[in-house]
Amino acid sequence: MDKLTVKGACVVKDNAELLRDADAVFAAGELAVIVGPNGAGKTTLLSALLGLTPLIAGAVTLNKTPLEDLAPAQRARAIAYIPQEQSHAWPMAVRASVGLGRYAYGASPGALAGEDAAAVERALTDCALTPLQHRSVDTLSGGERARVACARAFAAETPFLLADEPVAALDPAHQLNVMTLLRRYADQGGGAVVVMHDLSLAARFATRLLWMKDGRIVADGAPKDTLTATRMRDVFEVDARISLGDEAAHVAVVGPSA
Amino acid sequence: MKPLKLYLIASAGVGLIFLAALFIGTTPMSLTRFFRALIGAGEAGDMIVLWEIRAPRTLAAFVVGASLGASGAALQGLLRNPLAEPGVLGVSACSALGGAVALFYGAASAASLTAPLAAVVGALAATIILTLAAQYAASVVTLILIGVGLSSFAGAVMALLLNLAPNPFSLAEMMSWTLGSVANRSYGDIALAAPFLAVGGVCIASVARSLSALTLGEASAYGLGVNLERTRILTVLGASLMTGASVSIAGAIGFIGLVAPHMVRPLVGHDPARTIGPAALLGGAVLIVADMGVRLIPTTTELRLGVLAALIGAPAFVWIAMRSRARYG
Repeated sequence: MDKLTVKGACVVKDNAELLRDADAVFAAGELAVIVGPNGAGKTTLLSALLGLTPLIAGAVTLNKTPLEDLAPAQRARAIAYIPQEQSHAWPMAVRASVGLGRYAYGASPGALAGEDAAAVERALTDCALTPLQHRSVDTLSGGERARVACARAFAAETPFLLADEPVAALDPAHQLNVMTLLRRYADQGGGAVVVMHDLSLAARFATRLLWMKDGRIVADGAPKDTLTATRMRDVFEVDARISLGDEAAHVAVVGPSA
Repeated sequence: MKPLKLYLIASAGVGLIFLAALFIGTTPMSLTRFFRALIGAGEAGDMIVLWEIRAPRTLAAFVVGASLGASGAALQGLLRNPLAEPGVLGVSACSALGGAVALFYGAASAASLTAPLAAVVGALAATIILTLAAQYAASVVTLILIGVGLSSFAGAVMALLLNLAPNPFSLAEMMSWTLGSVANRSYGDIALAAPFLAVGGVCIASVARSLSALTLGEASAYGLGVNLERTRILTVLGASLMTGASVSIAGAIGFIGLVAPHMVRPLVGHDPARTIGPAALLGGAVLIVADMGVRLIPTTTELRLGVLAALIGAPAFVWIAMRSRARYG
């Protein structure tokens, strides 16, 4: 089984300690959600897992191979990434934009063939983008653009997928849509690591929650074990009422903790 | 448009324009005489006009236009901006300055590699400064401003060199570098630049796919498996080699690298990788046409190609800048 491991990771930038002694193991078939207040180091952890942010201590390993020993294309065939910022410098067609997900396989977005074309086709279908495939990306709505980003990541057919706030600017229906796609990716054997702020959505879809505060992972476990009023107070400094069900989870913030 | 069809149409167009450029000139020539000279069976005088004067000049215009078109397309891909171009970014000016410095010190004699080398070094210095700046400057406006600064600085040093020119001959020589022209170019001039063009072309072709991935920004491209460092180095090197080589043939000619990719982009689905080849063909064609214009416009002193290119290109730059502002915010 594929494993993405981070051990003792520390990140310092301009004398600020952004990540301290982060330890976690991410496995295939899981949807792990990283939660925590702004500035807790969630994005830093994610980009450390991708090798995008250099560590001053510790290591990230993919199935026992240190991440830095992998060539960029090798790494990209194992870990897909959906960054927070999703902007296109040029108004490409949806299909070409999704086709960029096959970069690490040597494909050109303009001339997809064979396995690359098939993977793009599957990703477009999974994300319900087939009717939009010839549209230019700059004519899409926010929800459609989020699906394009997911489709591009799925097209890479990687065992792992890292997503940074993929539902941040979406309405409830599109949030549900994207989370369902990520959940399905995990159910089909992928390991998803997602940073997000919506705790109700996180609790409903996540296999496990990683709680971060001040650059540290302070708790790591299933929502039913770790999502408690006490933890909300410790991590977010708010009083919250929590109800967890099979269909939906509900986290209501009542006010700042006393 | 399908790539093959696009290339066929573009190549046919370039061929026709090339023939027209061979036919048109100050020495009038009937069609029969032209075709006889073309197949190598004309009178000696016609043959010389066609093959020793017009052909190398037209070839020089094509090569210069093509390398500027390709450099522009590659730089635009790297910097993710439709306004990036060797002329606008000051790369051409710095390259011309490099060549002029070599001329000033008399280092560049005819048929020596010194001038092309100095031009490439000038282009490289400017492109490296720009790329370093691009990593720190968040906004592209800053980058363009740095380009303006580089251009002005190169212009100032050039003015200094002109001011201190030891004799009228080197003054005229340096002037022609700044104005840009392909008049009286020989096959030898093109051959000297050829190795630089070839290596530059290979550099750019080898990172074309990465430039497509950079459409999504650096973090995304990294995630897709792009080697950012390698892409930056090879694009900068390739664009500098090609710009430097083209400056060594024709001096500084602006805006071709801006206009050609801009016109091609909608035909290739706005994909940076697929923009490069057609932009080169179009750039070459545009410069041949501009050079025909230079030859046909009746002025007492022949109009300089770089001057005409700037007269047409600068308004185009403003237009593209205004449109891209509307589009990309």
